[in-house]
Amino acid sequence: MRIVVASGKGGTGKTTVAVNMALSVGNVQLIDCDVEEPNCHLFLDAELEKVRDVNLRVPRFDMDVCTRCGICSEACHFNAIAVVKGELLFFPELCHACGLCPLVCPEGAIGEGERKIGRIDRGETGSIEFYRGVLDVGEPMATPVIRELKAHLSGRDAILDAPPGASCPVIESLQGSDYCILVTEPTPFGAYDLSIAVDLARRLGIPFGVVINRDGIGDACVDEYCEREGIDIIMRIPNDARIARLYSEGIPFVNELRERKEDFARVFDRIRKEVVG
Amino acid sequence: MKIVVSSEAEGLDAPVDPRFGRCAFLTLVDTGSMTANSAPNASAMATGGAGIAAAQAVARKGAEAVITGSVGPNAFQTLSAAGIKVFTGARGTVREAVEMYLRGELEEASTPNAAGHAGMGRGLGRGSGRRKGGN
Repeated sequence: MRIVVASGKGGTGKTTVAVNMALSVGNVQLIDCDVEEPNCHLFLDAELEKVRDVNLRVPRFDMDVCTRCGICSEACHFNAIAVVKGELLFFPELCHACGLCPLVCPEGAIGEGERKIGRIDRGETGSIEFYRGVLDVGEPMATPVIRELKAHLSGRDAILDAPPGASCPVIESLQGSDYCILVTEPTPFGAYDLSIAVDLARRLGIPFGVVINRDGIGDACVDEYCEREGIDIIMRIPNDARIARLYSEGIPFVNELRERKEDFARVFDRIRKEVVG
Repeated sequence: MKIVVSSEAEGLDAPVDPRFGRCAFLTLVDTGSMTANSAPNASAMATGGAGIAAAQAVARKGAEAVITGSVGPNAFQTLSAAGIKVFTGARGTVREAVEMYLRGELEEASTPNAAGHAGMGRGLGRGSGRRKGGN
């Protein structure tokens, strides 16, 4: 079973839920897909080792063979190649490494080069196998790193910590998952961004439920929204100073708060029942 | 002389569109006859590289200069490679911008005057800084 922890709004507690759930159920893979700013490891007692670099297969132009015909530039869906006044310009940060340009070049002037955009790290703690992706600073495309991360899913139960938002990296994280946990906070901001994430999960056809973090702050708009939409609220994490204190010390709160650990294990079992049917 | 002005609508009396890569129309102005020929900017809704695509469109029109509000680094590099001069900070209508240019009141840009963009992504909204993500 593959569960993705996502949210519309950032800073609602995705990592908190992903890490604490993994520690509560044990014997799972925990995958940090928030490759722009991965932070699951801050709460884990695991030594990380690099597994591999993530490279994009970008075009390499043989300028002696290239006739500047501009066919590759016209074919490129991402405007990464410009041909003007007999000059070819390549913008590597726009290249999605789709591999189209070598196919359309009538001169065979385009070969393949590699460009490193990030890396995959691995670690273990207890019965948890942890992976994280790290996107290099200044690189705009997170999706290829997440795709590479997902290649390390072994088939055992996995919990994926998704990036915030509802754009391509989130979609890549969600694709192929059995269930999506949407973490929100009970504020108007939380409710609005939750509605966008709900829309995304519905479009992808992935079953989902909502976790309200810091329950007790804000107002009732998330509860009202979920009631209106018929969405399950599968967990409430109270706005508790003990949880905040443990968080600030980098300690997963299920290590100290037994009732919360049981709650996570219960929710995990409930999700499995829903997924298995 | 042929100049392309980024514009919000068609014709000489359309307002200048301050964005280059994502402007609504590319309006080609013949400064001799003061006639205009506007075409929708095909890259206005591009997911990335809009400035590069718009710069190539300008080059295909045979323009010698571009008048716009601001231009990013990729568009600037492409326009420069094509030998097209870039005049930024234009305001008012297309006609007024061209007249300002003819009076020598617009300054030629020697560097891009807008931050780079790359695709659509999280955190920063359009135009508020470097954007990330998206494929």
